[in-house]
Amino acid sequence: MTITSPFGQPFGDPLGLPLGQPDVRTPALTPVSDPVLEIRNLSVDYGYDGDPVHVLRQVSLTLERGEVLGLAGESGCGKSTLAYAATRLLPPPGLITGGEVLFTDRDGTTTDILRLNDAQLRASRWQDLAIVFQGAMNSLNPVFRVGRQIADGIRAHRPEVSQKEALERSAELLELVGISPDRLRSYPHQLSGGMRQRVMIAMALALDPQVLIMDEPTTALDVVMQRQIVEQIADLRDRLGFSVIFITHDVSLLIEIADRIAIMYAGEIVEDAAARDVYQRPRHPYSSALLHSFPPLRGPRRELTGIPGSPPDLSKLGGGCPFRDRCAFAFDACSKVNPELVFPDVPGDDPRRSVACLRHDPAAVRAVGEQPLPVPPELSAR
Amino acid sequence: MTRPESPVLQAVDLQKHFKLRGSRSRGVVHAVDDVDLELHRGRVLALVGESGSGKSTIARLLAQLMPATGGRILLHGEDATARGRTAFRRYVGRVQMIFQDPFGSLNPVHTVRYTLTRSIRIHRGRRRGAVLEEALDELLDRVQLTPSARYIDKFPHELSGGQRQRVAIARALAADPEVLLADEPISMLDVSIRLGILNLLQDLRDRLQLAILYITHDIASARYFADRTMVMYAGRIVESGDSESVTQDPKHPYTQLLVRSAPDPDDLEARAHGARGEAPSLVNPPSGCRFNPRCPFATELCRIEVPPLIPVGEGREAACWGYSDRPDRPELGSAVEAFARKGERE
Repeated sequence: MTITSPFGQPFGDPLGLPLGQPDVRTPALTPVSDPVLEIRNLSVDYGYDGDPVHVLRQVSLTLERGEVLGLAGESGCGKSTLAYAATRLLPPPGLITGGEVLFTDRDGTTTDILRLNDAQLRASRWQDLAIVFQGAMNSLNPVFRVGRQIADGIRAHRPEVSQKEALERSAELLELVGISPDRLRSYPHQLSGGMRQRVMIAMALALDPQVLIMDEPTTALDVVMQRQIVEQIADLRDRLGFSVIFITHDVSLLIEIADRIAIMYAGEIVEDAAARDVYQRPRHPYSSALLHSFPPLRGPRRELTGIPGSPPDLSKLGGGCPFRDRCAFAFDACSKVNPELVFPDVPGDDPRRSVACLRHDPAAVRAVGEQPLPVPPELSAR
Repeated sequence: MTRPESPVLQAVDLQKHFKLRGSRSRGVVHAVDDVDLELHRGRVLALVGESGSGKSTIARLLAQLMPATGGRILLHGEDATARGRTAFRRYVGRVQMIFQDPFGSLNPVHTVRYTLTRSIRIHRGRRRGAVLEEALDELLDRVQLTPSARYIDKFPHELSGGQRQRVAIARALAADPEVLLADEPISMLDVSIRLGILNLLQDLRDRLQLAILYITHDIASARYFADRTMVMYAGRIVESGDSESVTQDPKHPYTQLLVRSAPDPDDLEARAHGARGEAPSLVNPPSGCRFNPRCPFATELCRIEVPPLIPVGEGREAACWGYSDRPDRPELGSAVEAFARKGERE
């Protein structure tokens, strides 16, 4: 099994598939912004009746080219909804009520995915932007061999490719994710969970997409397999230069693999910062509490508390900060105004990070006639 | 009362084989083989392993929800295999189980009051009126659902996942059990409330002196919550010892791989790299040590003979030939480094 098969030579050429730009590693800290996907003020409601639930409220997020962006949050916070809405895969009763999703191609042309017609959308999906679904292991069709399923995806977008060529390409893809090409003729049930997951990743990479969205790709796997897959994703990203949106509730995993992390709570992004910063210098009380919800594997054993209460019911959110009932630093203004993403009120912070907390936003507090409180030391660690 | 040293619940040579479907096939799934474990009063034993390693099967065997293929279950040193309904009912009065999925384990058409009343009546006899109310109050109070009036008449769908799991725990406590078998009690819950449930179980352990079996795939939570940890691989125990030493200084190559694979942002350098392979099929498990196809140190001995649990320090055991004094034993090193080297070569 040659896992480190050099990607350069055997790939792509016979089919005229673009190879991507090898080695485009744009670390999150490069000052020049080269966004590949920009989500602006995206709002999603569930329910068509008079009283819909606002599941996403004015979410904005930028994915830079070559970056791994982690999207973390608890179940029901809207992280999967965000991914599905951005790709227009949202099943009813989900409804996009506003916003833009701008995709910038390699040649610099920008399109708004939310305004594509059906044919354009079909052409763009999988080619520009591919998804590995949650529980992907079960999204393979059990009655077809995996090789055929990968080849089908290729042929749907490139009808000129013959079945034979498509199967050859499928074999290369399987090799790319560390599965022996003779598995092409296997049915999904003959593969283990980890292998099926990798088949799904191979399938997503079939058309050399520029953005790969992975929704909890490792949740159903055990840690050893999770590590193999995560390593593989990082390795492929380095070689093929695509960008990744990695959705999970496991913050400790994200800190390892993501360049930048956006933390969501109750349908909003509450903090957006470089992975190291989120871990060492969290600015939002929720991020900080979330990090203290995982017992450490090393270091001193200490009593941990988790976060009191439970996530709010999105249909019963009033005004104010949705986290205030569970927050240790809430004060009077928190029930009056819902904080927006601002630069943290800590001198010397990375200028690209942002946080939605009134402790960091004295101006918004004064605007509703309350007395601002300083940033507590827990949220201003250097 | 028993001496504090003697275990409340004990399994000896526990074995469970599942028959494969189909009348002609004689194959069996070797789900659990030769497992010995002891649960003590006021102590938590964690059983850690990946999915399919047989840890949930052990919980079901101990709860006597299915018969074991071989081995014995001892309650206070006496054979406890329940034959017949009365014996089983007496047994479940002392050994209770909580399940992974609080959404599935509570009947959605019944209120909390009904669920708990059933459990109280089954285990403590007919209660009614003020006595029953008091018992319900006390149960909800024990699982920190206070004030109880706010929860008692709710249906499961009106409660959050954490609250539901608390109700499930309260239902188990209604029997006044000595042993609580917790099968992945937190893995279906939101990350922010998992610790709340673990802390509750810890509190119950201390106050009610329960013996708890905590089954999990998350070795970090085992370290946080359990006094002792046993690691399972492919139906066998591969390592056991106090939780702190098992996680900080794992002896068995599989445990080393497991510990080093868990995400740990503090220690990015020491993460395992290049590990390959998967757990073997349990229909035809590999002969000898079941980890041998993946183990970087495996020798002929490992492929032929099953390693026993060998003492590797105070109160610790590892099922690895590398710790034996056999002349043909394998030479052990750091599994993590060996995997990384292997990964590079490939």
